[in-house]
Amino acid sequence: MAREVRLSEVAFDPAALTAAFAAAHPGHGALASFVGQVRGDDAVKALELSHYGPLTLAGMEALADQALARFDLLGLLIVHRVGEMRPGESIVLVAAAARHRRAAIEAVDYAMDHLKSDAWFWKRERRGGEWRWIEPRAEDHADLARWR
Amino acid sequence: MPVKLVFLGKLADLAGVPTLDVAAPLDWAGLIAALPGPLGEAVQGDRVKLAVGGTVLADKTALDALDGNEVALLPPVSGG
Repeated sequence: MAREVRLSEVAFDPAALTAAFAAAHPGHGALASFVGQVRGDDAVKALELSHYGPLTLAGMEALADQALARFDLLGLLIVHRVGEMRPGESIVLVAAAARHRRAAIEAVDYAMDHLKSDAWFWKRERRGGEWRWIEPRAEDHADLARWR
Repeated sequence: MPVKLVFLGKLADLAGVPTLDVAAPLDWAGLIAALPGPLGEAVQGDRVKLAVGGTVLADKTALDALDGNEVALLPPVSGG
């Protein structure tokens, strides 16, 4: 399992998926992972991620291939939720297995920076009964530019 | 067959519908003519991209969609 990339229409368990990913790479040496969740510390009642079938998964697969080419990895897992979710639910999981820590950590960072502002997703949040579209912040674009 | 327009993100809100069929063939001028008001203005913005049949156009003004093509209107993305 060098590369696993998924869109999930339903809630997923990042701990279980990460454990399975780790088990699939015995003796990996290093495993880094990131889980993004819907924040529950403000007035956001719901978050919705939409995607476009012909582009989104293919784009994520291309991103995973770029990360595998760039970093010395044994495996890479990317799971991204779509649909409507509530505070505390997981939006995204990226896990990378490698022989050494730097490659694993950097691959996760690289994948997340691209998923935030260079992947085919559109995000909106509901506060006080109103839906509002979210666009990447300037720092998201700066994060992405670090890899160019 | 018409050309099927697919509106993503906030463009779907501006359109009021997720998809819209328009007559083929469809070029850039025809697209803008088919999308009056704030939606047409938004689509002309620098940060909106077009994809035809799942391929993103490097230059959206070179749009040349034929019978049965799906044209996606893609506003700035935000994931994670």
